Amino acid sequence: MALRGLFTKGAPTVASGLGPFASAGGSGTRWQGLCHARGLKVAALPDLEYDYGALEPAISGEIMRLHHQKHHKAYVSNYNDALEKLDAAMAKGDVPAVVRLQSAIKFNGGGSNSVVVRFFLPSEFVVPVTIVGHINHTIFWKNLKPVNEGGGEPPHATLGWAIDTDFGSLEALVQKMNAEGAALQGSGWVWLALDKERKKLLVETTANQDPLVTKGANLVPLLGIDVWEHAYYLQYKNVKPDYLKNIWNVMNWKYASEVYDSEIA
Amino acid sequence: MAMALPLAYASSVVHPFEAGRLSFSTKATKHKKQIYQFRKVTKVLAYYGLTNPPYKLDALEPYMSRRTLELHWGNIHRGYVDSLNKQLPNSPFYGCTMEELIKTTFNNGNPLPEYNNAAEVWNHDFFWESMQPNGGRLPWGGVLDQIEKDFGSFSNFRDEFVHSAMKLFGSGWVWLVLKTNERRLSIVRTSNALCPLVWGDIPIISLDMWEHAYYLDYKDDVSKYVNNFMDHLISWHSATARMVRAEAFVNLGEPKIPVA
Repeated sequence: MALRGLFTKGAPTVASGLGPFASAGGSGTRWQGLCHARGLKVAALPDLEYDYGALEPAISGEIMRLHHQKHHKAYVSNYNDALEKLDAAMAKGDVPAVVRLQSAIKFNGGGSNSVVVRFFLPSEFVVPVTIVGHINHTIFWKNLKPVNEGGGEPPHATLGWAIDTDFGSLEALVQKMNAEGAALQGSGWVWLALDKERKKLLVETTANQDPLVTKGANLVPLLGIDVWEHAYYLQYKNVKPDYLKNIWNVMNWKYASEVYDSEIA
Repeated sequence: MAMALPLAYASSVVHPFEAGRLSFSTKATKHKKQIYQFRKVTKVLAYYGLTNPPYKLDALEPYMSRRTLELHWGNIHRGYVDSLNKQLPNSPFYGCTMEELIKTTFNNGNPLPEYNNAAEVWNHDFFWESMQPNGGRLPWGGVLDQIEKDFGSFSNFRDEFVHSAMKLFGSGWVWLVLKTNERRLSIVRTSNALCPLVWGDIPIISLDMWEHAYYLDYKDDVSKYVNNFMDHLISWHSATARMVRAEAFVNLGEPKIPVA
C-alpha cells in the first residue's frame, strides 16, 4: 500500500494493516503498551509538517488549529478509548461485548484498503467511524502544503499527463471537484481517486467520514478535500465555493504524484 | 406551526398580441396595438418567502449570537428558499403547501431534487420557532405530563435528548416528536435534511446539529451548545402550542377528569 511508505514514524505492525496510521509517534503515550488484541496498535495524532498559520490566506490558522487539535484529536482519542474497551472486554472475558466490538474491528491482515472496507459496518459502535476519521484527516494534512514550500504548484510528469488524459486539463479537474464539493449536501469529502485496476483517475464524493473504498474497492485517494463545515466555516462562513477555490493554492500535488507513481508502478 | 407561506408574488407581463405578429402594420393595426398595450395580461407566480424568526436576531444572546443568526437565517436559510424558488417554476409540484411538498418529494426514500431545499426551508422555520429568548427551564401542564409519562421524568428526557444530540455523526437534526402510530413522545435523530414529517410523525421541538448552527459560537464544544439550548433557548411555549395542535390528530388517551 503506497501510503505505508510515506509514514516513516514507527514500525508498521504485521497483522493490523493499520500500520502506517497507528504509528506511535508524537502523542499517544497514555495508551502505549495497551491493547495488543490481534496486533492492534493505538492511533496517534500525527504532527503537521507545517505551522498552523502556514496555509494562510487559503485556510486560516484558527481553523487549522481547531481542526487538528480538536476534531482530528477527538477521532484519535475515541478510537483509542474504543480499543481500551475492547481490551478490557477481552480481559474480563465479556464475550458478548467482545463479539460486538470485534465485529466492528475485523482484522484479517491484507492491505489497509481491505481492512478499512471491513471496518465500515452499519453499527452503533464508534470504532469504524473514528478510525476512518483519523485516516481521512491524516491524508488531508499530507495533501496540504504552504505556498512557499511548493503548495499549489501544478502536477507534472505522469500525474499531469494522466489528469490531461482523464479530465482534459487541470482546470477541468479543479472545476469538477469544486462543483462536486459545492453540491455535496451535509458533511463529507471530495476526492481525486485513482482506480488501481483500470488505471484511471476519478472524482468521487463520500458522505461523513465514509472511506473512499466505499465508492469502489480499487480506489486509492490521491487528494481529499474536507467539506465538513468545521473545515471552512469560521473563515468562509457559508460560502463553500470560495473555500474550494482557494484550497487549490495550497494543494500538495507532489504528494499526490508520489502516491500515483507508486500505485501505477 | 411554521409554514413558509407564499408571500411574494412575481408577475411576468405577457403581451398576448406580441407572439407571432406579422411585421407589416397599417394605421389601423398600429392603433389597435396602442389600445391593447394597456390591457396587459399578467401571469402571477407565487413563491415561498423567507419568514422571520419570531424574535430579533440578537434576542438569543449570549447562547446564540446575532452573527450566527445573521448567517444562519440570513444566508443559509435564505439560500434554501431562493434555491427552492428557482426549482419551482419548472417543477410539477408547484402549488403544493410546504408539508405536501416535503412528503411528496421525499418519494418514500428516493428524494426528488426539490426535497432537500423544501425540507431545509421547513426545518429551519421550525427551528427558529423552537427557540425563544428566556427559554429553557421546564415545560408545564400537558406537555410536562406527557414527557413524564413517556420518559419517566423530565430529567430522563433531557438526558436522552442531549445524549442523542451528542451521538449524531455528521450533519443532522435532533427532534422531539409525537409518534402518531405509537401515540407517544419520542426523540429522533435525522441526518442532513431528513424531517420526521415524512413518516407522518408530528415534530414538537427541533435542534439543528449542523456545524453551521453552533460553530461560530461554540467551535467544537457541542456539549455546551446542546446544554445551553436545553437550559436557555428551547421554547416550551411553542412546544405546548404544537402539542395542542397535534392532539387533534393523535388520540393520546382520555383526559384525567376528576370525579366529584
